[in-house]
Parts: sequence; C-alpha cells; structure tokens
Amino acid sequence: MKAIVSVIGKDKKGIIAGVSGLLSDMDVNIEDISQTILQDYFTMIMAVELKESKLSFTQISDKLSELGTKIGVEIKMQSQQIFDAMHKIAMVGNN
Amino acid sequence: MYSSKEIIETINMVSRQHLDVRTITMGISLFDCITDSPARTADKIYDKIMRKAGNLVSVGNAISAEIGVPIVNKRISVTPISLITAASKGHEQAITALDKAAAETGIDFLGGYSALVHKGMTPYEKEFIASIPQALTSTGKICSSINVASTKAGINMDAVAMCGKIVKQAAYLTKDSDSSACTKLVVFANAVEDNPFMAGAFLGVGEADCVINVGVSGPGVVAAALKECQGDLSEVAEVIKETAFKITRVGQLVAKEASKRLNAQFGIVDLSLAPTPAVGDSVAQILEEIGLESVGAYGTTATLAMLNDAVKKGGTMASSHVGGLSGAFIPVSEDAGMIAAAKSGALTLEKLEAMTAVCSVGLDMIAIPGDVSEEIISAMIADEMSIGVINCKTTAVRIIPVYGKKAGDWATFGGLLGNAPIMEINRKSPLKFISRGGRIPAPAHSLKN
Repeated sequence: MKAIVSVIGKDKKGIIAGVSGLLSDMDVNIEDISQTILQDYFTMIMAVELKESKLSFTQISDKLSELGTKIGVEIKMQSQQIFDAMHKIAMVGNN
Repeated sequence: MYSSKEIIETINMVSRQHLDVRTITMGISLFDCITDSPARTADKIYDKIMRKAGNLVSVGNAISAEIGVPIVNKRISVTPISLITAASKGHEQAITALDKAAAETGIDFLGGYSALVHKGMTPYEKEFIASIPQALTSTGKICSSINVASTKAGINMDAVAMCGKIVKQAAYLTKDSDSSACTKLVVFANAVEDNPFMAGAFLGVGEADCVINVGVSGPGVVAAALKECQGDLSEVAEVIKETAFKITRVGQLVAKEASKRLNAQFGIVDLSLAPTPAVGDSVAQILEEIGLESVGAYGTTATLAMLNDAVKKGGTMASSHVGGLSGAFIPVSEDAGMIAAAKSGALTLEKLEAMTAVCSVGLDMIAIPGDVSEEIISAMIADEMSIGVINCKTTAVRIIPVYGKKAGDWATFGGLLGNAPIMEINRKSPLKFISRGGRIPAPAHSLKN
C-alpha cells in the first residue's frame, strides 16, 4: 500500500533523520519527499510504500505518532487513496 | 505527488473543520427471514444480521484509521419489519432480536422498525404502528419510520391521525429522558429506500440482499471555504460545489472500500451535509457565512436553496451512485447555529417549514411543549407531508413534544442528538380536519404553479 506521511511542527534539527531512520528500520521505502516552511511551520511530506514492511498499517502509523510525540512534531500517515480521492478528478482505477 | 498545499488542506479539513464520514450504513434484506412462527422469524433475523454485519464496526474502524478521517457511526438498516412479521405477527419477538443484534454487533443505530402505509393500512399494520412507542422505549438503538404519503398516492390521513397519537405516547413513555423516544421516530412523505441516515433509514423492497450506503458530513468544511470567499453569489456557489466534490469523494472512497471488504453491494453515497452540535460543524453557520446575521432572517430560504443545489452539483460528479436524501439537513437540536437562532427567537417554526420546501428533509429534531395535543401534531405532519407530495420530494417530521415541559424550557438528548429550546407553536385547533380521516388525493402534476 502507498501512503503519505506528513510531518508538521516547529523546525529543529534532526527531524528528517529521525523520521527517515524510523521508516528504514520498519522496511518502509520512501519514494518521494518534499519539504517547505509554511507559516513558520516545518512541513515535510513523504510518499512511502509499505509492501516490504512486516508491520501492519496501524503499527507503522502508531510508531510514527510515538516518534512525533518524542521529538515534538505531529506525524500522520494516511493512505494515498484519500488524497487521490480529493485532489484528482479521475476516479476510475484510482480508488 | 501532491503539493504541500493539497496535503495540508486535507489534513486541516479533518483536524480543524470537523470533516467526517457520518455513517457507513449496511442495508440488510430480511425477506428470507419470513416464517409463520414469531420465534423462528426472530431467530432468522438475528442470525442474518450477525452474519452480514458482524465485522461492520471493525471494518469501519480500519478504513477510518487508514485514510485518517473519522467514521462517526456504523449503522444497519433493514427491510421494514412490518413486512417481515406480517405472516407471524411476531413484531415483539423481532424487536428483541433486533436489539440483541444491535448490541452484539456494536453498531450505533439500527433503522427499519418501519411501515409503508402511504395509501392504506392492513389490520396488521395498524397493530404494528401501535407497537412503535413501546418498541422505542424498551430499546436504545432501534429507530422507526412510517411513510404516510407519496406524490403518487396522496396522503393517508388515517395514518397521519395515528402518528399524532403514537408521537404523544412515545413522549409519555420516555418522560424521564425528555421524551427521547421521539428522537428515534420519523414520519415521511416520499421516503427513500436507500437512506443511510437515522432515524429514517430502512432498506427498501427493491434493494439487493446486502448493501453499503454512506452518508457524508462536513458543513464545517464548506463554512471554512466560504470564509475565504469575498466574491458574489456565483462565486459562492462555485466554492460550495468544489468543496462538496471533495467531501463526497471521501464518501465514495469509504463506500467502495467498505463494500469490498464486507462483501456487500455498493449502494449509494448520500450527499447530505449533516451537522453536529459541535461549534463549527453547522449548516446554519454556512448560511450566516454567505451573509445573514442569523439563520431565520429573510434570505434564509434563498441561501439554503442555493446551498442545497450547489452541494448536489458538486457531489454528483464525485460519486458513481448518489442517492438517499442528498440535501442539507436542518435539525434544530443537532446544529449549534440553529439552536442559537431558535433560542434568540430569530428562527421560528414557520420559517423552518418554508426551509423544508427547498432542502431535505423536514421538521427535524424540534422540541415543542409537552401539552400540545395529538391532533395538532397530526396537522403539523399533514402540512409537512403536503410540501413533499406537491413538490415531489422527501419530507419528514421528527418532533418531540417534551413531556412536562413548556416553551422556553430546554430539552437535552445527548450525543449527536444535541439539545434544543422548546419552541411555542400555533395552538388553534385542527381537530375537525384530522378527525375526518380518509385520504388527501394525489396531486395533478401538469399544472405547475
């Protein structure tokens, strides 16, 4: 399954290293990554692929939230389907 | 890959603007449960619901976790029970079976303790309708509806007269909880067969064995989008359409996933904007954002009509099957903006009635004084039914004559059902009209004024 990981919070060092390290430990592959500062907030969006991971969606999602709490940012993982549904006109084949 | 703006927009819709999917409602046909034995019919009803809906709650929760959007309720609708128990006369056993299945599946509501009597009633249907107040009092999650009118058949005024009686009885039987049984009872004109919303959901006779119908929500998302819009009303309509498209797409995704995982047919997505009592999740707030000081002001009917139409235009393209009620809901007790307007006197019952002519679904969740007579309630129902019958649309009445309370008092129902100030109503007597009985004939539809 493909998913989008979003990381939002006050900018500080080590956010990218922490999140990508954890994803790598869980065998989650990062396919694309973008980063911006929106209204003083650090925003990182990662497109990830979960199929090689032995953990379930919920387990991965929980571990990411846990890390977020530890480093003081909000980390969410959502199925790519929700973004396809809202932001693409074409529906056939997508969801 | 999406832009950060798009990702943040979706995240904010959930975290700040109350976007949710109101309900996944599984429709289950009970026709194969009909027997001539009350006990066997009840057993078959229980078994079939458990077999089909045993995983409904866990599947709903799993989808919600994956897409990151709350799915607030998981519900079941069934074939009108009056049809299933007509052969056995076993509605008392059936209600016990439904209550048990509702508790064990862990769902929030089960609808379909219903009767369709828009043209006439069988002797058994009269007996069944009389059983509704007790059924709603002895159970917590079961909902009931009665279709008493249709554009093709006219209005069954004998049934309307009965409905006034049973609304009062239900109010009395639950007098200790602000007559809460009335919140689970709807009287319809032109009821739809695939409605996922309560209390009026049932699975129609033309439906498949097991169907998934999804009701979206999201008035807060529309209001937030309109806050940014300073343009004229054409632009306002465009903003509503675009937002409704996105909201409906979430419903479409959920309906498709849920029907696949639950091995059920994809039924419909219902485009209704369902409010909740939470601040910022209000249909009234949308009308106020368009430019009214308060809902209830002149302009309310026009803005509501525009909202309702724009939601449909945006929503229809977003889903492969649209159905159910699909219109803006205006339940007074479930919408913070409506509650405030009713309390301040800005919103009157007459204006609410006018609003129901341009949106779904009717006089909904309105608390009135407990001493209002049954014939006045019947006449309120008749008025609302005539709006539906003449305009070829669904209308409904869900009013609560709160036992022991008077105008200006407060009724509290809790949860999604909210709370409401008790509104005074016109007390002139319609007794002779209601006592006449019979049928109001179906309207002519070629002369359109």
